[in-house]
Amino acid sequence: MAEMRQPIESGVPDHVQYLHPLMKKNYGNWKYHDRPRPGVLHHVAHNGDQIWTVKAGTQRQMDLYTIRKLCDIADKFAEGHVRFTTRSNIEYMVSDEKKVAPLVAELTNSGFPVGGTGNSVSMIAHTQGWLHCDIPGTDASGAVKALMDELHHEFINEEMPHRVKITTSCCEINCGGQGDIAIVIQHTKPPKINHDLVANACERPTVVARCPVAAIRPALVNGKPSLEVDEKKCICCGACYPPCPPMQINDPEHSKFAIWVGGKNANARGKPTFHKMVAAGIPNNPPRWPEVAEVVKKILHAYKEDAHPWERTSDWIDRIGWPRFFEKTGLPFVKYMIDDWRGSRASLNASAHVRF
Amino acid sequence: MAKKMHETPNLDQLESGPWPSFVTGLKRLAQDNDMMVDLLGQLEHSYQTRKGYWKGGTVGVFGYGGGVIPRFSEVASMFPESSEFHTLRIMPPAGMHYNTDILRKFCDIWERHGSGLIAFHGQSGDIMFQGISSDNVQPAFDELNELGFDMGGAGPAVRTSMSCVGAARCEQSCYDEGKALRMVVNNFLDDMHRPALPYKFKFKFSGCPNDCVNSIQRADMAVIGTWRDNMRVDEGLARKWYAKHGMDDLVNNVISRCPTKAITLKESAKVAKGERISAVAVSDTHSVEVDNSNCVRCMHCINVMTGALATGTDKGVSVLVGGKRTLKIGDLMGTMVVPFMKLETEEDFEALVELAGNMIDFFAENALEHERTGEMIERIGLVNFLEGIGLDIDPNMVNYPRTNPYVRMDGWDEEVAKIKQKQASAA
Ligand code: SF4
Ligand code: SF4
Repeated sequence: MAEMRQPIESGVPDHVQYLHPLMKKNYGNWKYHDRPRPGVLHHVAHNGDQIWTVKAGTQRQMDLYTIRKLCDIADKFAEGHVRFTTRSNIEYMVSDEKKVAPLVAELTNSGFPVGGTGNSVSMIAHTQGWLHCDIPGTDASGAVKALMDELHHEFINEEMPHRVKITTSCCEINCGGQGDIAIVIQHTKPPKINHDLVANACERPTVVARCPVAAIRPALVNGKPSLEVDEKKCICCGACYPPCPPMQINDPEHSKFAIWVGGKNANARGKPTFHKMVAAGIPNNPPRWPEVAEVVKKILHAYKEDAHPWERTSDWIDRIGWPRFFEKTGLPFVKYMIDDWRGSRASLNASAHVRF
Repeated sequence: MAKKMHETPNLDQLESGPWPSFVTGLKRLAQDNDMMVDLLGQLEHSYQTRKGYWKGGTVGVFGYGGGVIPRFSEVASMFPESSEFHTLRIMPPAGMHYNTDILRKFCDIWERHGSGLIAFHGQSGDIMFQGISSDNVQPAFDELNELGFDMGGAGPAVRTSMSCVGAARCEQSCYDEGKALRMVVNNFLDDMHRPALPYKFKFKFSGCPNDCVNSIQRADMAVIGTWRDNMRVDEGLARKWYAKHGMDDLVNNVISRCPTKAITLKESAKVAKGERISAVAVSDTHSVEVDNSNCVRCMHCINVMTGALATGTDKGVSVLVGGKRTLKIGDLMGTMVVPFMKLETEEDFEALVELAGNMIDFFAENALEHERTGEMIERIGLVNFLEGIGLDIDPNMVNYPRTNPYVRMDGWDEEVAKIKQKQASAA
């Protein structure tokens, strides 16, 4: 056997070598920033140095021609340096205000929407979906592309009361994370078990231990060791599916979407919050998922109309209360939204506070 | 190399509209890459049947036990060219900064060995080089590795980390996030590359409590910048802000949104004096006054009046542990375990690495299989965790004390004595 190359266990590379020279020079010495227009940030350092950042949306899953195009733009119109945000937006940094307008124009003409700053709806944080995940209930890139087409105006403008962060997830693990609006697969039927495959594909005790409601038990089915699900207990979470692929949880019809609102990761004003379920039963309808977009737009519309400046969705709902949220969005409040999971009593109204 | 394209009526509908289309990108790659032709075919098949068709397996590179996400197609007979479509998770530089030279090199490598599809970035923060056959994994990794890039984490391991833009370009930054990330993660590469922990362990680094990388909700150990001294103020910028925004905005959007009523509007002549007061005039008659001893560093007023109000200079970090996503017991937020530690000198950074090491060691020894740190803490109680890693309790760790009497308290007198002794030796 040919000699194998040992990896160089170099870990995280040094970021300083990739910084724009002005960022390197003023590292840790910035004083304030403002936003001359949507999609553009202007930072000023304590010594008076200034840097302009132009932010644009990308498709995240990028073919190398797109990346090379983004690089060409960086070399021609910016100063050869870029960074990506956690929401897969690209940022170009320039040291001269005069470079901003041509850069914005070039990005726009090349099909990269400039925006995502301030009170906009930024790019949707998302996952892999059918393109690459082994357990997805839906696609991610496609659903996000379809939604961002609809929200394009809100990305390139700053017309919302405060910033809006949306996430999508293709299973209930919710890799997309917390969001002002989170769009997450919600299964509605227990797994369908292919008993012929369980013995070979699954470590049965591991699968039994994975179930949050202890609904799974080992069983002999047709004389073969397999697993059995107590379908009354099962909450259709899909936790058993990754360790045991023969327990198929994804269903073209019964895997639906739920929509959640009010997640906030910042500590600004109130403490961070988790998002709450406000809609479900929405069909998984590729290639453009119109029913999802409809609910999302309903929520965004109500928020845009009614929230005060600097209110994230969570702050807004805190002020107006949940009954009015359901009233204003026209979404039905359904019994499944009353939590019965661990710690759920803390979510009940233990007061006489009612808005009439 | 010019396999005929499959019909993709569903995906075709994702080529229109103003947002950049990944489908257009995939199709362009497919023009001279047969793997992408079949990948598009399989994806269209998923769209038509509403099901995924990838399964896992075992693929890796020599010397490491993780970092490659293996994907084998379950419909390879229909789409043979993309029957193997693995992903390499590669760790980006902290803050995800690049120059075009390195990005072009990535593209060249992935053009030679892979599908040409790269995601900037995955939810854990990795650069995801998507789509490569088993045989090409090693040479592609070798080339990326020679460029100074290393494999990220997957499986029950320390995972790739993220930090915000931070000190590089943000006035709110309270420490060198990139340095902290790099020092911490690079000290646990063995736990990253040779997965043997009970389950995943994630670090995230945010420069201030705006927590732009979502560390409280997503990280087993969240490191968040903060400060102990008084807010800085700048009268020029404060007056400029007020001239533009006026009294309504100041009252409704700054003063009344402070969660602890630590910021008040005063006639300038009546501003309080005191060591913990920051005050700045916004006009000839009025000032805002901050009671720094009651400010919880939420960042709101600083976000609104950037530069006019600013973080202090005695900076450091807070550390929270145990945040995670849904599976298995439901979402958990991190819990404050270190209200403040300095992060300036080499020793400070080493202390952070040591704290991280204690957490990982305790996690490795005490968590059940497939249990995250937050779930373990929920099972054993915060006090046992703190004692295990050698941290003292602090009232900043709770929203409020116990509301029920169901606890054994034989040790009360000893505990009180210990605390008194500690207070005496600190004084
Ligand atoms: S879907 Fe969830 S609740 Fe149902 S059996 Fe599987 S793990 Fe248990
Ligand atoms: S940063 Fe402090 S003073 Fe400002 S709003 Fe938040 S808690 Fe209040």
